[in-house]
Amino acid sequence: MDNVQIMTGNTAAAIAAKLCNIQVVAAYPITPQTSLTETLSQFIESGELKAEYVRVESEHSALTVCISASTVGARVFTSTSSHGLLYMHEQLHWAAGSRLPIVMCCVNRGVGAPWSIFNDQQDSVAQRDTGWIQIYCRDNQEILDSVIQAYRIAEEVYAPVMVCYDGFVLSHTMMPVSIPDQKAVNSFLPPYKPHTVLSVENPYNINPVIFPWLRENAEGIICDGYMEMRYKLQKALDCAREVIVATGKKYAKLTGRNYDEMLWRYKTDDAQIILTGMGSIAMEATAAVDQLRKDGVKAGVAGIRVFRPFPVNDVRKAFSKAQTIIVLEKDISYGYEGALCSDIKAALYGTGINVPVHNFIAGLGGRDVKVREIFEAVQQSLQEIAAGKESNKTIWLNCRK
Amino acid sequence: MHEIIWHGRGGQGVVVGAQILAEAAYLQGFKGVTSAPTFGPERRGAPLTASTRISDEPIRTFSQIEFADIAVVLDSSLLGVVDIQSSIKEGGIFIINTNLNPGQIKIKKGLKLACIDAAKIALKHRLVKEGAPIVNTPLLGAFARASNLISLTYLEQGLKWKLSPQVAAGNILALKEAYEQTIIIEN
Repeated sequence: MDNVQIMTGNTAAAIAAKLCNIQVVAAYPITPQTSLTETLSQFIESGELKAEYVRVESEHSALTVCISASTVGARVFTSTSSHGLLYMHEQLHWAAGSRLPIVMCCVNRGVGAPWSIFNDQQDSVAQRDTGWIQIYCRDNQEILDSVIQAYRIAEEVYAPVMVCYDGFVLSHTMMPVSIPDQKAVNSFLPPYKPHTVLSVENPYNINPVIFPWLRENAEGIICDGYMEMRYKLQKALDCAREVIVATGKKYAKLTGRNYDEMLWRYKTDDAQIILTGMGSIAMEATAAVDQLRKDGVKAGVAGIRVFRPFPVNDVRKAFSKAQTIIVLEKDISYGYEGALCSDIKAALYGTGINVPVHNFIAGLGGRDVKVREIFEAVQQSLQEIAAGKESNKTIWLNCRK
Repeated sequence: MHEIIWHGRGGQGVVVGAQILAEAAYLQGFKGVTSAPTFGPERRGAPLTASTRISDEPIRTFSQIEFADIAVVLDSSLLGVVDIQSSIKEGGIFIINTNLNPGQIKIKKGLKLACIDAAKIALKHRLVKEGAPIVNTPLLGAFARASNLISLTYLEQGLKWKLSPQVAAGNILALKEAYEQTIIIEN
C-alpha cells in the first residue's frame, strides 16, 4: 500500500536517509539545507533512527567525520549547500580518492560574491571533477528515490554520490511523495559490508604519500602509484553507468517508478526540438513543451538525471533525431558556456549530429524561471535559427544586459 | 491547474494555510498539489506570500505564480502596500479578511470578491497565538465557499492532519462558521 505524504524536498531526503538505516550523520547548518539535518536530528533524538549525529564546527569537518566513519565501516550521510559545499572541496576529493561510499545531499544554492541564499546549481556543478557521482532530481519524489538508490550505487562501485536538488524550489516546496516501507527498502539495500575496514584489531596506514611510480610494499607486492589509483577511480565512474541503470531497474521493480535511464524523457519520440537541463528547470521545461506543442512545435525534454558519470550513450540516443537542441542550465563556466552544454556537444561530436545548440543560462541566484519565459525564449531561438542566424549561442535568460 | 496566492504578514499562518489547502486538495483526489512559502528569509510582520497549486495531474511547474486564479489576503492592511488585484487572472477570486462592508472595498471589474471577518471568528473560537487572532483557518472556510473547489469535509481532514485534536476542534468550528458568513460579490 502506498504511503503518500505531502512534504518538502528536505523532508523527503531526511526520510530517505532514515529508510537507508544510516549510522552516522555529520552536518553543519546552512540555508537551504538546514531543515534536512534538523529533521534527521529529530529522528535520532526520538529514537526512530539509531544513528550517531556528530555536531561539528564546519562543513570541512562534517565531511571529514563522514570520511572517518565510512573508513571504519559505517553507512554515513551528510548534506550541505553552496559555500558549505565549497568549504568541503578538499575533502570531496579525499572522499572520492579514498573510494568511500558516502552519500551527500547538495541542496543547490548560488555562490557568492555577491552573497545569495537562493537557488542555482553553480555549487555542485563546480564540484563536477572531484570524482563524485552526481544525480540531479526533478521533484521531491525523485529526491527520496535518488537517496535510496545512491547508497546502493555508492556501495557497489565504491564511489561517493552527491544527490543534488534545487534549493527552495524543491527543498521548501511541499508536494506528494510516496514513501516505500522499511522492509522493501531493507530488501533493496542490505546492510553495508565494506571490503576493508580500519579497526583497532587491524590497524594500517591509509592514504600515505604516494609516489609517481609503482612501488613494492613491505610484503613485496608491487602496489599502484598515484596514476593507477586515479585510473581506477575513473574506471569506477565509467562502470558506474551500468550499476546506476541496473539499480534504477531494480528500484523500479520495488516501487513502480522508472529509473532505467540516466536521463528521463518527455515527449521526445517525435521531437525535433529537444530541451535539456538538470533538476527542476528541466521539469519546468516539460510544461513549456506542452505549450510549444499547442503551437505546432514538435518539442520534447530529455532531462539529465546523472551528470557524472556523464550519460554519453543516452545523450546520443536521445538527441539522435533532434534538429535543434536547447540546453537550459543554472550554472556557467565563466569565459565559455554552461557546463552541461559543453558536455552535450562533446557527447555528440563525431556522431554526425551537428545541429544548432542554444544554451540558456537561467535562474542564477534564484531568479525565477517561468514556463512562459522558456516558451518565449525557445520560440525566439527557433526564429533566429530558421533565419540562419547564430546556430551556436549562449543566451542569458531574463537578464538585464 | 488552479493557482492560489496567499498574502499576509510573517507570523500570521500564511504558509500553514497554503499547506493545509494543499493537503485537503490531495485528500479530495487532486493528484497534483504543491505549496510553497516565499523563497528566502522571513521576518515577523513583513509582507509575505505563499502559494498553493492544485491540479488533476502531478504538478511540473515550480516557478512562482505570476497570475493567480485566487488570492487570499490575511491582512487587509496589505491592500495599501501590495497591488494584489492586478496579479489575479480575469474572472479570478479575491478573498479577504476584513471587517469592512464589502461595498467599501474597491475591486477590479471581472473579479469575484469574498469578504469574511476572519479575526472576529478566530477570536470567538479562541484561536489566538501570541496575542493575535489566527485567521488562516476562517479564510480556508471562506475559500471553500467562494471557490467551490475544495469541500469543507477535506479541509476539516486537512486541519486534523496538521493540528492536534484539541486545537483542531476549535479550528473546525471556525472553518464552518466562516463558510456560512462569507459574503460574496460578483463584480
